[in-house]
Amino acid sequence: MAQKKGQRGATSVAADDSEVVARIPLQAVLLADSFNLKFRPITLERPKVLLPLVNVPMIEYTLAWLDSVGVEEVFVFCCSHSQQVKDYLKESEWMKPSSRFSITTVESHDAISAGDALRVIYEKSVIRGDFVLISGDTISNMNLTQALQEHKERRKKDPLAVMTMIIKHSKPSNLTHQTRLGTDELLMAIDPQTKELMFYEDKVNPSIISIDKELLANNTWVYLHNNKQDCYIDICSPEVLSLFMDNFDYQHLRRHFVKGLLVDDMKDHLIDSLTSSDVRYKLHKICAFYIELGLLAVLIQSHLALPVFMYMIMGYKIFTHEIHSSYAARIDNFRSYGTISKDILQRWAYPLVPNFQYFGISSKVKLDRQGVYSAPDVVQSRSARIGATTLIGSGTTIGNHTGISNSVVGRGCTIGNNVCIDGCYIWDNVIIEDGCRLNHAIVCDGVHLSAGVVLESGVILSFKVEVGRLITIPAYSKVSLRPQPSVQDSDEELEYADASSAVIESPSITSMVSNRNAESSPDYSAHEVGISGVGYIWSTNEGEHEEEWRHSIAPIPEAKLTELSHAYLEEPDVPYLDVNDFLVSGEMKPDSESISFDDGDGGDYGDSADFDKEVEATFHRALTGVNQETVILEINSLRLSCNKSHADCAGALFFSMMELGLEAPRSSNNWLLVIKLDMYGMTMTTMGLTVIGELYQNIAKEINKWKDLLKHYLKSVDEEASIYVVSFRFYEPYIYQLEMCICYIQFAIEVILKFEEICLETATELAPLFSIILSYLYEKDILSEDAILSWASEKEGADESDKIFVKQSESFITILHMKLIGPQNWLKEASEEEDEDNGDEASMMRGSFCAGHTHVGCTFLSRFAAGSSSPDMDATFAVDYGLDGRGGLGLCSGDDGLAARFVP
Amino acid sequence: MTRMDFEVVVLAGGASSNLSPLVSQELPKALLPVANRPVLSYVLELLEGSNLKDLIVVVEGEDAAQLVGGWISGAYADRLHVEVAAVPEGVGTAGALRSISSYLTANDVLIVSGDLVTDVPPGAIAATHRRHGAVVTTLLCSSPVSGPSDSGTSGGKEKAKKPVRHNIIGLDPTRQYLLHMATGAEVEKDIRLQKRILQAVGQMEIRADLMDAHLYAFKRTVLQDILDQKDKFQSIRQDILPYLIRTQLSSEVSGNGLVSSESGSNKSAVQDELRWLSQHREIAPSTFQDSQPLSLKSQRDDQRSHKCCVYIANESKYCARLNSIQAFSDINRDVIGEASHLSGYSFSAQNNIIHPSAELGSKTTVGPQCMLAEGSKLGDKCSVKRSVIGRHCRIGSNVKIVNSVVMNHVTIDDGCSIQGSVICSNVQLQERVVLKDCQVICHFFSVLYNLPTSWYGRKKCL
Repeated sequence: MAQKKGQRGATSVAADDSEVVARIPLQAVLLADSFNLKFRPITLERPKVLLPLVNVPMIEYTLAWLDSVGVEEVFVFCCSHSQQVKDYLKESEWMKPSSRFSITTVESHDAISAGDALRVIYEKSVIRGDFVLISGDTISNMNLTQALQEHKERRKKDPLAVMTMIIKHSKPSNLTHQTRLGTDELLMAIDPQTKELMFYEDKVNPSIISIDKELLANNTWVYLHNNKQDCYIDICSPEVLSLFMDNFDYQHLRRHFVKGLLVDDMKDHLIDSLTSSDVRYKLHKICAFYIELGLLAVLIQSHLALPVFMYMIMGYKIFTHEIHSSYAARIDNFRSYGTISKDILQRWAYPLVPNFQYFGISSKVKLDRQGVYSAPDVVQSRSARIGATTLIGSGTTIGNHTGISNSVVGRGCTIGNNVCIDGCYIWDNVIIEDGCRLNHAIVCDGVHLSAGVVLESGVILSFKVEVGRLITIPAYSKVSLRPQPSVQDSDEELEYADASSAVIESPSITSMVSNRNAESSPDYSAHEVGISGVGYIWSTNEGEHEEEWRHSIAPIPEAKLTELSHAYLEEPDVPYLDVNDFLVSGEMKPDSESISFDDGDGGDYGDSADFDKEVEATFHRALTGVNQETVILEINSLRLSCNKSHADCAGALFFSMMELGLEAPRSSNNWLLVIKLDMYGMTMTTMGLTVIGELYQNIAKEINKWKDLLKHYLKSVDEEASIYVVSFRFYEPYIYQLEMCICYIQFAIEVILKFEEICLETATELAPLFSIILSYLYEKDILSEDAILSWASEKEGADESDKIFVKQSESFITILHMKLIGPQNWLKEASEEEDEDNGDEASMMRGSFCAGHTHVGCTFLSRFAAGSSSPDMDATFAVDYGLDGRGGLGLCSGDDGLAARFVP
Repeated sequence: MTRMDFEVVVLAGGASSNLSPLVSQELPKALLPVANRPVLSYVLELLEGSNLKDLIVVVEGEDAAQLVGGWISGAYADRLHVEVAAVPEGVGTAGALRSISSYLTANDVLIVSGDLVTDVPPGAIAATHRRHGAVVTTLLCSSPVSGPSDSGTSGGKEKAKKPVRHNIIGLDPTRQYLLHMATGAEVEKDIRLQKRILQAVGQMEIRADLMDAHLYAFKRTVLQDILDQKDKFQSIRQDILPYLIRTQLSSEVSGNGLVSSESGSNKSAVQDELRWLSQHREIAPSTFQDSQPLSLKSQRDDQRSHKCCVYIANESKYCARLNSIQAFSDINRDVIGEASHLSGYSFSAQNNIIHPSAELGSKTTVGPQCMLAEGSKLGDKCSVKRSVIGRHCRIGSNVKIVNSVVMNHVTIDDGCSIQGSVICSNVQLQERVVLKDCQVICHFFSVLYNLPTSWYGRKKCL
């Protein structure tokens, strides 16, 4: 007790401390929805967090714990059955003024995952500091002070430490590969010194675990844990929410978010180890370049320039905090429901025990010997036997010779004579008639079991089910008044969304042999639930049935264990040191997004036409007012579904934009689109700024300048040109990506060829502009001189008709050619030729761009001017454009200029 | 435990290829001088210190065996009972063992690499082996961090110096059992673990900073079985040990009657001990004890498992293997430097060893951590720092020797400068030779080495 007091003292001191420093109350986000289907069919009628656990709704335990750790503001996110949750909270003690914290409910009906929930929370912008992220079905009695303190200290040292996960020792069984909570075994790698989480995997390959060598790249010492359990209590920094925002595909907290961050982290190491510091510096600069162009939005949304993008978001770290003596567990499935109920009865979660006045609902139960709790007003026959670790709720009557053990019985139940109940969870107002035998079952509110019913182990009876006389419900059955939804989508999260809104009428009901009961209108199966029975037995999928025992409330049958142990022993020895195996693991592993990029060879053109059409359609939809983000998203998903490369995607988009530009000149819609794009770019830029930090503080100025320019040219420029600008902007990320992959030149040629094609076939109006656009492409560093020159030389042997464009851009090509010869030679030649050539080009430029496109024209001119006047041409180029055109990573000459520019 | 319970096999190697310019037919690896004593003597004295006096020294190659045998009989005639066995060259460590395995009779065999320089008592490994009833116990020590040390030419631009990784080792949380070991090329690959082993322990410690020191204790019967059955196994480190580690939960080796009856009592004792241990630990995962209620299973599991144990040397202990030229220089430096107790010499007040018969010219300084053996002569104004100079060397004036090893009967003329080099016996350096990071050897007497220019980082073989 003294120790406890000491801790309390320390807590308050620490709290004072942090208050002085931060003055941010400790906040918590409570997800009152588990976003899975494991508690079906019960959750069809009542949200999971309101299901009674040892006669108290689960959410009470979570709130009680949040209260005990000093949380001051709780945001309860409700999704399915949100009204029920809200009503419940309104009535509860927590909403009363006497409560120590404030509860705000946040409601959203279209959230289908924890990721969506957090995005909703983010949009509310209510989270100001570190917060506790917990799901409403978590039971804990841990003291958060230490973990919180550690988290804050880490944050001070390293702002990238965004999350602290609470873990607990729990060894999974060798045979079933699951913990006693019924969750799958988990493999984690943790740095023993810093407690940083390095690796997280819950779907472990059956025999061989392969761990990326990068794990050990920066540490010499790692603990690999198979015996830990994730408590699903996280201390998060506000960045976590914005990370969910940035990565709109993050759904699952662990599967996507944690693994996503860790993988990025891994890539960080990869970049660390593979590339030298100057390459990293270049990546940095590319980021800066994009920001300058307001391109970050495109970058982020298109997921294209992953290497670049990655550099900006990666490096976030997740840490763990292991609790040893306190309790923390989440009810994930029926098995954990049973296990945790027993833990509560056995007082592991003290003070969260039935006879403690902790909850709003005061249950005046008394603890008897052998862990038997019973309410004072229980009417119990003298001959009834109440076995160990059992709770009997108030107002329950128990008949003669009835035996109850290891069970929880709710309030107002009526249990007849000679009933045998073992390991069951019987909720409120259940009527069990004489002679029933219940074995490891969950019986929900208002169920009526007629005499002689036998529930085999693992049965779930949902609300108000009635079972007729002498019926045996087979093991692992789930019985509900609601028919089973027919759609058994493999993607449980998606299914959950429509399940919460409507139950689809099941066509398989008839096949479920449902017979009619005299009174009730729907078809119920007489031989399943009995003559007077009410309810459907849910069928299980074939695959599911095999695994039914895993998550059931019933203990794993002995036979199954023996079977498993035989399987375990007979498991063949793994060809562990197979040389080929090693080769495969080491070298064949695809390097995923980080470097790989299908070069744009286009693939088969059969479905590429379809793809083009689809993209075009999407793009047109964008014009009718669909949000820009969604368009990008759609195009990305199209790309993935058609298995196209980014280049195809860009090509199609480019194409449709060109067409649009020709079809509907001077349509006001175009304007809107352009403005939208640009504005979007702006906001994302500012966001990106905060990410990249101090190095680019001076870019704020750039943005302003850029804005003015944009406005200026938007006012007067002819919209065809602006459309090109937009489409080129889409192009650039792809090009840079390509440059990193060195397959640049071929692709660039293809781009030119495609462009040529467009000019020739679809848009003859464009033809005169060809060379201007080409030179624009060049001057924007989209095409390198190598590419253009090789294009020219490729065209050398072609027909005269094919060569019109080459001829058109001849003067431009000559300039490029001269530049390639070498600075000195070029200077010499340039001094002779620049007057005419440069003049030609410049006047052409001026002619085409001065209409309002002045900034481009001017920079182009200034570049040429600088080039001819100063021998240090490359450096000037760099100052103007950030990057030299010779190819993304390989650039070298521009470094100094850029450094001068961006490093204050 | 009588002395005969352990038999000791010293694998002294032959003309190892990665020490190529230093070792030769005349100078097998075992006889390379470390602080003017053959490297093998460190192992032999270590064993002697643990009262392990019956040794089999296996040498690759007949000639080398004769040389080694001759030296041992001279130096240890009255102290150790050594049998020198010659095996053909290139048979590998497993092959070497195979050729002598029929002579082994004791319960357990201690196998030591002849190039080990350490002060970890082998008795400790033997005791650990016995205590666990292990099939194999191996000595792990911290990887040497020195690397290219002060000569530091390479790696300037590379990122912060990484210690060389010799092994990736997986241990159980009590650090008693060896669960995973990656050697050689595997170290650079992804880590691949057997899930069953991880499951058995629950938590595995993966270390990249430990090194297999090539000192093993094997159960003799198991070793013989493996050598007989797996005739493709070449090396202890790459074949036998990984095999034992990965089959430790589905053992085939202790299957035959004799072994199981013999080890049965052993096992149960160990089991008790483990149980006792685990009761006294907060986390109680023991590899071989199952919480499963099925007694049948755990029994069967017992029979089918064997233990691979480790003894982790204390970090304060010195442990290094002479398996590269870099290691040769490092060990020479360390033995007269930080691990000076190994050399067996008594150091002077200046923290160096100068034999009384050595002659020093005027204004010649011999710094700390130096060694000057008998009969060597130094001229005037010489400077010797952190170097070993062998017997009967003649060194002229104005010679600088830093971080180098000079073997016996070397003649160095005036004005030479030698840095980070190894100069083998009988070499003669003429005036003003500058050597940096070289190994200079010669096979014949009186070859002159006349190079007025500098030689950097070359292996010179005349």
